[in-house]
Amino acid sequence: MPEQSILMEYLPLILMLLVGAVVGIQFTLFSEWLGAKRFTKEKQTTYESGMIPYGSASDRFSIKFYLTAVSFLVFDIEVVFIYPWAVQLRELGMQGFVAMSIFIIVLLIGLFYEIKKGGLKWD
Amino acid sequence: MSSEFILLLPLIIVGVMSVISILVDAINPNSKNSGYYLSIVSIVAVGGFALNNFYLNISGINLDGANLITSNMLSFGGFSAFFDLLFSIGALLIVLNARNYLDTVKTELNEFYNLVLYALAGMMVMAHSNHLLTLFIGIELMSITFYIMAGYFRFASQSVEASLKYFLLGAFSTGFLVYGMAMLYGSTGSMFFPEITVAIVSGSANNAYLMFGAALMIMGLSFKSSAFPFHQWAPDVYSGAPTVVTSFMSTAGKAAALSAFIIIAKTIIPMGFDPTGLESAVNTDKLITAIAAISALTMLVGNITALVQKNVKRMLAYSSVAHAGYMLMGIVANTAAGWSALMFYAVVYTFMQIGAFIIVGLLERDTDKNLEYDDYAGLSKRQPALAAIMALFMFSLAGIPPMAGFFGKYYLFMSVINTGHLWLALIAVVSSIISVVFYIGLIVKMYFTDSEDVEGESLPWNASRMLVFVTSAVVLIIGLNPGGMLSFIKSAL
Repeated sequence: MPEQSILMEYLPLILMLLVGAVVGIQFTLFSEWLGAKRFTKEKQTTYESGMIPYGSASDRFSIKFYLTAVSFLVFDIEVVFIYPWAVQLRELGMQGFVAMSIFIIVLLIGLFYEIKKGGLKWD
Repeated sequence: MSSEFILLLPLIIVGVMSVISILVDAINPNSKNSGYYLSIVSIVAVGGFALNNFYLNISGINLDGANLITSNMLSFGGFSAFFDLLFSIGALLIVLNARNYLDTVKTELNEFYNLVLYALAGMMVMAHSNHLLTLFIGIELMSITFYIMAGYFRFASQSVEASLKYFLLGAFSTGFLVYGMAMLYGSTGSMFFPEITVAIVSGSANNAYLMFGAALMIMGLSFKSSAFPFHQWAPDVYSGAPTVVTSFMSTAGKAAALSAFIIIAKTIIPMGFDPTGLESAVNTDKLITAIAAISALTMLVGNITALVQKNVKRMLAYSSVAHAGYMLMGIVANTAAGWSALMFYAVVYTFMQIGAFIIVGLLERDTDKNLEYDDYAGLSKRQPALAAIMALFMFSLAGIPPMAGFFGKYYLFMSVINTGHLWLALIAVVSSIISVVFYIGLIVKMYFTDSEDVEGESLPWNASRMLVFVTSAVVLIIGLNPGGMLSFIKSAL
């Protein structure tokens, strides 16, 4: 039966998922049940890397944060593409080189456009 | 290789020119005209080469066995050349109209024209696709551009709402599409459309996964072509987006979605496929019935909800849903006659819908004023020419002879009757009769209802106003010579 053999191949993976779930859940549950609960004023405040929090958290943020994050994402994903390409460059040969060059040139045009349109200006 | 380069040229031009036009815009941000003229030049070039390729394909061009640049991921039939031509005509009408329209609200930016080029590139990749991934890239390129264009009036909350709704629902439906693609690949072991068909016909495809994948793909494509029950986004997005963008999305965008629908239907529902004697056969009749049901419900729901609309733009949005239902009949027929009828209707629909939206855009004020039925009262006194042409478009949309819309519907109805779906043709006739009520209702408002405003404001003579005459002339000419248009289309298949 082919279906059964596929299931058997995936058995270690399924087991790992199950064990992982059990371990993860038991840590949270046991610390909840067995842990001591002593609330102090300091503990109840919002944690902001040691700074004293001020204002409301549901404020409107400047769109610039969002723009910067999007530009960062684009180049982050570019790196994800370039790593496997760089490892395999010898096998891919000239075709792979040209293809990646076109990809990078198109991205650079995008970056150029972004800089020219003031996407990276903060003020 | 050189012949393939010529066939590839429309795609290369639109890709390179869209990048060049944003570069020009970035280098020279003060230039008001660069985007406009660059996009017109590149769209005309694309259309010209597409027409050339159309005739090249008729005279016969053999690419088999050649060392292809695109390694078969794109196809270059007369079908794709025809759709390239249709998309570039749609895009040209939009660009020419956009200038005056955007000028009235002082939001003209070169980016708008760049976005039209990007959307055009996406649509063309869709019509050329011969591989699930190229199809996906085309759909995404088109959709993402449309999400941006729908929110082009970023100061108008309606427009932003339309953009956000379209984006959220569109991203969700893309999930269906990709899941369907994965299932098709898992079932047949290939992403190339011809190989998928071979796997289905030879019976080597896994039946359950194939049906699941086919159903998901039909769902995703129904969303893109705004068919029931995935049409709910269409009225809000079409009425919230700027009128010029709506006319682009609801004509060229819909034609692109339906071209992808034809390509997928051809692949997973092979024509004349007889599953008897195969061990694991796909019941393609079930898929046809599903598409037929979607088509019937789309027309009925679109036309019945359009009945109660008080806003002309919203009425046109619902009627655009109904027209997607009519066009799906060509896919239900699943014959060359059905596809050519769909393509004929797509051409006619592009001209009459864009024409009607240009008139709506000319009369519109402040992005959302002057759009109600009541605002059109007495238009025949104020703007006799515009009212007459609007009436012509309404007759054509309702499918009253001798307008082009009638022959489009006639060919579609014949194609489903000839393949034994008489019930679908009957439902289509009934929903056409329903649609007459609101199309003629607008004409009654324009001609037989008086308004206090007799003088009205005078409209300037600009490109948009010229285009109204051009599109109406095309609708009339196709209506007077439908056979010529149909034989032109049939030579593509």
